[in-house]
Amino acid sequence: MSEDDDRSPPSDAAATGITASGSGGSTSVELFPAPYPDQVLENVLENVLCFLTSRRDRSAASLVCKSWYRAEALTRSELFIGNCYAVSPRRTTARFTRVRSVSIKGKPRFADFNLMPHNWGAHFAPWVVAMAKAYPWLEKIYLKRMSVTDEDLVLIAESFPNFKELVLVCCDGFGTTGLAVVANKCRQLRVLDLIESEVMDEDVDWIACFPGSHTCLESLIFDCVDCLVNFEALERLVVRSPSLKKLRLNRYVSIGQLYRLMIRAPQLTHLGTGSFSTSDGMIQGEQEADYASAFAACKSLTCLSGFRETLPELLPAIYPVCANLTSLNFSYANINAEQLKPVICHCHKLQTFWALDSICDEGLQAVAATCKELRELRVFPVDAREDIEGPVSEVGLQAISEGCRKLQSILYFCQRMTNAVVIAMSKNCPDLVVFRLCIMGRHRPDHLTGQPMDEGFGAIVMNCKKLTRLAVSGLLTDRAFSYIGQYGKLVRTLSVAFAGDSDNGLKYMLEGCPKLQKLEIRDSPFGDVALHSGLHHYYNMRFLWMSSCKLTHQGCREVARALPRLVVEVMTRNEVDEEDIVDDEIEILYMYRSLEGPRDDVPKIVQIL
Amino acid sequence: MESGMAYEKDDLMINLKATELRLGLPGTEEETNEDHHQDQSSLSSSALKNRKRHSPEITREEKSDHDGEETAPPAKAQIVGWPPIRSYRKNSLQQMKKSEAAEISGMFVKVSMDGAPYLRKIDLRVYKNYPELLKALENMFKFTVGEYSEREGYKGSDYVPTYEDKDGDWMLVGDVPWDMFMSSCKRLRIMRESEARGLGWGV
Repeated sequence: MSEDDDRSPPSDAAATGITASGSGGSTSVELFPAPYPDQVLENVLENVLCFLTSRRDRSAASLVCKSWYRAEALTRSELFIGNCYAVSPRRTTARFTRVRSVSIKGKPRFADFNLMPHNWGAHFAPWVVAMAKAYPWLEKIYLKRMSVTDEDLVLIAESFPNFKELVLVCCDGFGTTGLAVVANKCRQLRVLDLIESEVMDEDVDWIACFPGSHTCLESLIFDCVDCLVNFEALERLVVRSPSLKKLRLNRYVSIGQLYRLMIRAPQLTHLGTGSFSTSDGMIQGEQEADYASAFAACKSLTCLSGFRETLPELLPAIYPVCANLTSLNFSYANINAEQLKPVICHCHKLQTFWALDSICDEGLQAVAATCKELRELRVFPVDAREDIEGPVSEVGLQAISEGCRKLQSILYFCQRMTNAVVIAMSKNCPDLVVFRLCIMGRHRPDHLTGQPMDEGFGAIVMNCKKLTRLAVSGLLTDRAFSYIGQYGKLVRTLSVAFAGDSDNGLKYMLEGCPKLQKLEIRDSPFGDVALHSGLHHYYNMRFLWMSSCKLTHQGCREVARALPRLVVEVMTRNEVDEEDIVDDEIEILYMYRSLEGPRDDVPKIVQIL
Repeated sequence: MESGMAYEKDDLMINLKATELRLGLPGTEEETNEDHHQDQSSLSSSALKNRKRHSPEITREEKSDHDGEETAPPAKAQIVGWPPIRSYRKNSLQQMKKSEAAEISGMFVKVSMDGAPYLRKIDLRVYKNYPELLKALENMFKFTVGEYSEREGYKGSDYVPTYEDKDGDWMLVGDVPWDMFMSSCKRLRIMRESEARGLGWGV
């Protein structure tokens, strides 16, 4: 069963795929040499369904009738599993037999912020074991927030001779030993992308483990692998990887080493620098010219990132590529507005820009003045505390909304904000699909009027008709949620923290947002009554997360009883003394639909109701 | 439970009210509480209640300070997982701050050499001891430093390494322990031996 949205869970009969028609039924028709008419139809269907790529279309096709279900199952080559516990490896491999690419997501997003016990689950092991047997021709694995071990990586390397792409995002549990085996044994490997994952330094020179001959590598991303690399081995690897287009280095690669790599690989389209600084903080005159020419030689470079430890005096080296850049990630570069301006003024084609708030409102104004094609902006805080002045504010956001009319996605951390500016953005940027505003001070009102931020967020849901993802913050009353319920008809992902007054807040969301898939709430006064108001909808959602709200065991148990296909997990984040738990209150509720019932790998801290 | 906030009806606030952009139907008014423009203390009573019940989330330190109090938590309270920044990013920024702090805290000192047309700058933190520092200076300025002895200073070279300390005095490099040198050195000067002799140093 794929984790497609907008579907109620199918009945069990469908899962077994047994046909009631008079024909031989299953497509293993080797015993029947003469093709039945149904069989011909199925062959035709399979050939046609091969062209269906969207998983929603495939889901729809599989519901037409049993033979379409079977044909679709046979022709689905890309599998997407939005929640690794919604379906089991066994059921998955039984239904889909010809899969080439698998994407699996594990922990919910709030696990990234240490809100979940460390050993909660989302183990890749049972999946890789099942797939090793069922999908020998597997080519691609994409995992997000899963626990992956070195043994799992070894199994990948040994089981899939045609393996081409491994992408691990926000994963943990493995180290350089596993990477070495993948590098060495996956001879067809094109993509090895490790993104924001925790990789253990097992003191293994994994870069040196790539095969000595020509490689097919197209993408090598290892900026999160926080270990020393053997630079000579890396340089040799780049030289023998002529197809390499994407390279993201970690902070142990110096700028001098970066230079050497760049002159070997001028065909790069995506580059992540390592350290963009010199060890003594000084630049020799000729060096500066060299770096610039190395960048100039990379004529296809469109995407630049890295910049750990940036020496601002070195930034002119990237001027030659700015005009072609569509994506620039300065979110680790602690530079100010004056240092940003000479760079950004060249970036007319920029569509994606990530930065630290060290660039201040002034830096954002510079972005707004030049980057008219901007689609995505993320501004992260250098100092993520609640009680400080903060270098960016509504001024920067106002400038962006006026200058970057095509904006589709924004993530903005700040200390203060006003409704007026948020409302202005809702009108200036009607294409917004993702609006995530994080006012870091909890319960902070509009700092000019002193009013709650209700009207601002209300305007966003009202005016941004394509909005599918929303994260709210600041002082918010139930009114904000009534706006969301009233206007947020396309919203699929909603993130709420320290907001609302009463159960009504949650009720508005659950009753008003028909497309709601992922709802994550923390520290808000929503209780059992509100929880019950969503019973009609939970089967249509991927998950609901509620932590530090007003839920009780009893309330959650009632939900579990009412909805047997829902797995209702209740937990405490860490060892909490008995006295701390008041009135049968629970700390974390994480519930999700599943075809499998309670999982068997639950740590002690988690209770399934 | 009704919303705990109300909007100011006083005409003195009309500049705000008149320009306020509302989405509600005309005629809907709500009560506000006057304090809400003070950041940390602006909480509806239910939010205050929440604060108490959320104590497991707040670090133990804060909890023991504020148990039983119906006040806003201190602004500096570290709430788990807030603001929502991934620990990967937080850790990277920490590392970054550490390495940049070295620059900001003034470990970079100017180095002049008698007869050289321009000065250089070095980061003292890069070196662990005097031999490393002296070797680096030798490489940078293409000279040799001679042999150091406590009694006679540097022998056998045309140049003598000196530094200006926090008190503004010119000292011979090498006399005090390395750490003390690192914290007191403001700038370096590689002095010609002839000049040094004039001051009573060298041979």
